[in-house]
Amino acid sequence: MSIKGKAFIVGAFEHPTRKAPDKSVAQLHAECARGALLDAGLNKDDIDGYFCAGDAPGLGPLAMVDYMGLRVRHVDSTDTGGSSYLVHVAHAAQAIALGKCNVALITLAGRPRSEGSSGTQPRNYGASAPDTAFEVPYGISTANGYAMVAKRHMHEFGTTSEQLAWIKVAASHHAQHNPDAMLREVVTVEEVLASPLIADPLHRLDCCVVSDGGGAVIVAQPEIAKSLRRPLVKVLGAGEAPKGQHGGKIDLTTSGAAWSGAAAFAEAGVAPRDIQYASIYDSFTITVLMQLEDLGFCKKGDGGRFVADGNLIAGSGKLPFNTDGGGLCNNHPANRGGMTKIIEAVRQLRGEAHPKVQVPGCTLALAQGTGGQLGSRHGSATIILARE
Amino acid sequence: MSTQQLERKIPAPPINAENQRFFDAAKQGRLLIGLCHACEKYHFYPRTLCPFCFSDRTEWTEAAGTGILYSFSTSVRGVPVPYTIAYVTLDEGITMMTNIVDADPAKLEIGQRLKVVFREAEDGSNIAMFTNL
Ligand SMILES: [Zn+2]
Repeated sequence: MSIKGKAFIVGAFEHPTRKAPDKSVAQLHAECARGALLDAGLNKDDIDGYFCAGDAPGLGPLAMVDYMGLRVRHVDSTDTGGSSYLVHVAHAAQAIALGKCNVALITLAGRPRSEGSSGTQPRNYGASAPDTAFEVPYGISTANGYAMVAKRHMHEFGTTSEQLAWIKVAASHHAQHNPDAMLREVVTVEEVLASPLIADPLHRLDCCVVSDGGGAVIVAQPEIAKSLRRPLVKVLGAGEAPKGQHGGKIDLTTSGAAWSGAAAFAEAGVAPRDIQYASIYDSFTITVLMQLEDLGFCKKGDGGRFVADGNLIAGSGKLPFNTDGGGLCNNHPANRGGMTKIIEAVRQLRGEAHPKVQVPGCTLALAQGTGGQLGSRHGSATIILARE
Repeated sequence: MSTQQLERKIPAPPINAENQRFFDAAKQGRLLIGLCHACEKYHFYPRTLCPFCFSDRTEWTEAAGTGILYSFSTSVRGVPVPYTIAYVTLDEGITMMTNIVDADPAKLEIGQRLKVVFREAEDGSNIAMFTNL
């Protein structure tokens, strides 16, 4: 059984806030849910499935279903870090295909900016995580873990900091048109390289923003989707792939996107060359480069050449990516960038992206997430969406 | 006083019933890795059930303590004291996370030989780190 064509994304909402010291996390989740319902033209009582991840307060669905006053018959709190929400779209489509629910709400929200979070802080998933004793003493952080991936990629394939910088440059070209984006100034390769080194070889402008906020999407079964007055965005295929250290057989230059992407393309029955717009998880520039290779947009090791010279810039490049400015410039709410990847892909397929970055006649898009830590263990998720 | 501030405080590892013997051995200056007698493969970090074949015929055996640098990164901003995180591929063929100490980060090269040294964490545990051979 396949999820192809079994569900549609009917509502999408990105919270406009980037700093919310005066709001609670539960409130942000609910405001995102309300925004997505208004976008879809649905009511709260239409929701019969609810999906959230580790950013949701308390026991996730139990806290949020109660807070929002939902009456649902299906919940899923799969947590694969920032890629969770792409997994949720796939799981929602599965649940809808099986008749477990008809209208699934997925929410994300958080306030890391107000809470002083930074990617250079040591990361600790708790004493009971089996890897903690073997990693936390070494000061593993988000930044230095991804930096080790970049360093190894440079060693194996000759990738350069200039090539990585082009990813940030492309994101900034898009962010200039987004009034909600945190960083709207167009930057150059030279400016990326001149920004302070954070964790060698990554500079400050290789890193995503830290922002408060959130987002929500609503996935519905086809008949309901067709009854609404919104452009139809169909779920064509999906894949998910956790990748870890393989008992010490570590291979930092391949990500889980190699498996999640292959599964999604097979289910959708399309190939990378067919994709007109791609939302690619951009916690760091190296994250984008690795996923582009592993998804098959170019050969392994050719990512540096693929992203250089503005190839990811809408209007001039071959593969327009993250036309909202992405996590690098626009928004990375709750330190989890998966939701905003879905939302911008939906905007593109509806023809509702900013006119300066809208891909003309966009009918096939991909959204890709990488959650957790690329340098140790991460969850990759890919979804392929089509305009009907 | 000022030189002491240049030393990074090493967080204590959460020791539990399963990993206790790894840190007991480290306190004696020995680096343990997992060895499975069913599939005859080494693994890291060591665990009770082999992550390759799931056999319980595992032994925690002493590594030679030498290896080559697989990747590394020196954190220079947003941290109290700069430090270098790394992955080192041991002679036994498995790769472990570690720190590189007593070496100039600017002169480190992927592929270079390294040897294990131990540094004390905040709770007195010994933590396996690597330095130039
Ligand atoms: Zn075995």
